[in-house]
Amino acid sequence: MSFVSLRNVTKAFGDNVVLRDVDLQVDEHNVVCLIGASGSGKSTLLRCLNLLEVVDRGEIEVDGQTITNGQVDVNALRRKIGIVFQAYNLFPHMTVIDNVTLAPTKVRRVSKADARDRAKDLLERIGLAEKADEFPDRLSGGQQQRVAIARALAMEPKLMLLDEITSALDPQLVAEVLTLVRELAETGMTMIIATHEMSFAREVANKVCFLDEGVISEEGPPEQIFSAPQQPRTREFLARVLAAGRL
Amino acid sequence: MHEVLQKFFSPHAFRVSLPDVWTGFQLNLKLMVIAEVLVLVLALAIAVVRGLPGRGATPLRALAIVYTDVFRGTPLILVAFLVGFGLPGLNIKGLSTLSNFTYGVIALTLVYTAYVTEVYRAGIESVHPSQRMAARSLGLSYWQAMRYVVIPQAVRRVIPPLLNDFVGLQKDTALVTVIGVAESVQQAQQFSQNNFNFTSYVVAAVFFILLTIPLARFTDHLIRIRERRERAQLT
Ligand SMILES: Nc1ncnc2c1ncn2[C@@H]1O[C@H](COP(=O)(O)OP(=O)(O)O)[C@@H](O)[C@H]1O
Ligand SMILES: [Mg+2]
Repeated sequence: MSFVSLRNVTKAFGDNVVLRDVDLQVDEHNVVCLIGASGSGKSTLLRCLNLLEVVDRGEIEVDGQTITNGQVDVNALRRKIGIVFQAYNLFPHMTVIDNVTLAPTKVRRVSKADARDRAKDLLERIGLAEKADEFPDRLSGGQQQRVAIARALAMEPKLMLLDEITSALDPQLVAEVLTLVRELAETGMTMIIATHEMSFAREVANKVCFLDEGVISEEGPPEQIFSAPQQPRTREFLARVLAAGRL
Repeated sequence: MHEVLQKFFSPHAFRVSLPDVWTGFQLNLKLMVIAEVLVLVLALAIAVVRGLPGRGATPLRALAIVYTDVFRGTPLILVAFLVGFGLPGLNIKGLSTLSNFTYGVIALTLVYTAYVTEVYRAGIESVHPSQRMAARSLGLSYWQAMRYVVIPQAVRRVIPPLLNDFVGLQKDTALVTVIGVAESVQQAQQFSQNNFNFTSYVVAAVFFILLTIPLARFTDHLIRIRERRERAQLT
């Protein structure tokens, strides 16, 4: 049984059909990378998984539970799915450590002391222990994004969704964030990652899906997708990315 | 010229009227503090109601809109008359036998809550939707996201305009003199009528000015800090 499974998922914004009959299986402890041009539906797919968007048709199961029948407790579902966005979206009025402890204390009702201990461990792990009491605007983009990852991890999610989390970063800050994601993959975290970092996808993914205008037109192990793509559209896309110097 | 000085700036009249006007001004201070506390709380509640999502909340939202439209549009002096003379005439138990002071508080609160609701609302809307989305994706409920993420940011942003409204409220406490609250303007008027001298009004004006200046300076100070911080963030 897959940890995440999508069947015939369709989602439109008005007349704009953004996802068409998407099928996708993600096994536990696996990393799936979504690649594709901007506007192809990667973000929308991730947002449907934690019900930030509601699908029009089709079925999504997460951790053995159908989430698309309108019966599911949205907040409970989101507790086990961490999501990190391109724009970090840290809470600017809170210190780094308060950003990390907010959800555990308010949602999971962990005691303040326990939440702080755990947050300190997490900040240690991402190499930002000494920034615990700083406000986010004192951190670099890469540091902020690492805190955003720690904030999501503090809820001890079973699934992490990463939406182009390095796209807003200066090139020299990308590596520190990707290193953290790589470590996360090594701990066995199940992840679905929308990314333009092809060499990173090639390295960490168990499976790569190429999204093209809302359709997963090709999927497979990274070696196959990157070295021997079957679809002309995939080849075109990868050639374009290669020309842009990202492979 | 000498006569003008005597009528408006007589040192003697200043000294004699000062104690009564001060007694009255203490009522202004009380009106101000009580109304400000009520306004801060009620306006936030109404601003939040105005932002409630979903079709089920439509009647509540509509009510909040009608309230703010009505009381932002009605001059305070009319509200004061309606509350101070109207409510006693209605013979409703608990509403018709209150003190004039209380009617004054009610009138000020009704009007300024409407203003401040709009201030809060602008603040809440200025918080980027992605903040709410980030909070909700961590599993926080709608109310938790409002309480811990949206409202704290909104309130911080609106402190300067809010203080500006409070400067207005402080001055408008003088208007409830029309429903017979013995505040400073009323005291000044009494002195003036008894002594054919306007210096008592000047005394009252001095009190108001002395109260307003620090608040206005503080507001400017906050705005300057904000601007400096925003410039620092740009670089
Ligand atoms: N909230 C929304 N309302 C309307 N259209 C949207 C919304 N979110 C995304 N879209 C549209 O859906 C399409 C796919 O967007 P997105 O999922 O963000 O793609 P990607 O992440 O691959 O760049 C785009 O055409 C975009 O304009
Ligand atoms: Mg996207």
